[in-house]
Amino acid sequence: MTRVAVVQFAGTNCEVDTLRAAERAGADAYYVWHRDTDLQGADAVILPGGFAYGDYLRAGAIARFSPIMSAVIAHAEAGGAVLGICNGFQVLCEAGLLPGALMRNAGLRFVARPVRVRIEQTGTPFTAAYEEGNIVTIPVAHGEGRYVAPASILQDLEDDHRVVMRYVDVNPNGSLHDIAGITNAAHNVVGMMPHPERAADPAIGATDGAAVFASIVACIGIPGGGSP
Amino acid sequence: MAVFEVEIRVMPRATLLDPQGQAVQHALAALGFGGVEGVRVGKALHLTVQAPDGATAEREARAMCERLLANPVTEDFAVTVGVAP
Repeated sequence: MTRVAVVQFAGTNCEVDTLRAAERAGADAYYVWHRDTDLQGADAVILPGGFAYGDYLRAGAIARFSPIMSAVIAHAEAGGAVLGICNGFQVLCEAGLLPGALMRNAGLRFVARPVRVRIEQTGTPFTAAYEEGNIVTIPVAHGEGRYVAPASILQDLEDDHRVVMRYVDVNPNGSLHDIAGITNAAHNVVGMMPHPERAADPAIGATDGAAVFASIVACIGIPGGGSP
Repeated sequence: MAVFEVEIRVMPRATLLDPQGQAVQHALAALGFGGVEGVRVGKALHLTVQAPDGATAEREARAMCERLLANPVTEDFAVTVGVAP
């Protein structure tokens, strides 16, 4: 069974929805505390949304030095799957696992609304269950989601098709190139601002995010099978 | 060892959009301060640091900025070291 570790920092607040969404997809999901140093044999790690350490200094800046992050970085460097959602994306950028940074929304307002994004890269453990070009509706909820990176990095992201998803119709935060999610060069680390765990249960009338969690189970530790 | 007062100024990089600065500029214009041509909002940190000398205090403060206090993608920093009163 695919083992999914959901990291809890002080100030994380989306871990329950994230854990349940992973379980609903068929994963064996469990929490790991930010002071832990062991991922307990995780196949995939998710850094969920919230406000780790109150977003003090900069969103993700202090969480990035939590004890568990050494294990997350080692897991990522060994090719293990890591997903950062919203605040988790900010942590991954601060940790240097993904390039660029997330800054205050261009409109200065906290934006909480469903947005439409186009899936542009399905060659990751978190988007494999989508089809390229799918346009899906997933909520965002953030005050600091404006993706920025030096022009050369943006060019690399575009040339290497590492923009995983892009806002369509409305760019809610002023992100450069309408970027909503990116992946690293090895495609095992993904960061995204939309919250797929908030659109993964038919009971709440939104399921477009469920494929993120289905992708994990489909790609890794197939029941009865081995890891790819 | 001596005690130094270290002031660190962290500013959003000039080439990046600073929506906070723009909002403050608009508010100032609304108050009649029409001569303000640009505003950028950053942050200041004041550290009290024990070090053998000022050069060491400054070197440490710069290392702190590079590792934690400033984001090299989006921010620039400046360090000023003074002797504690």
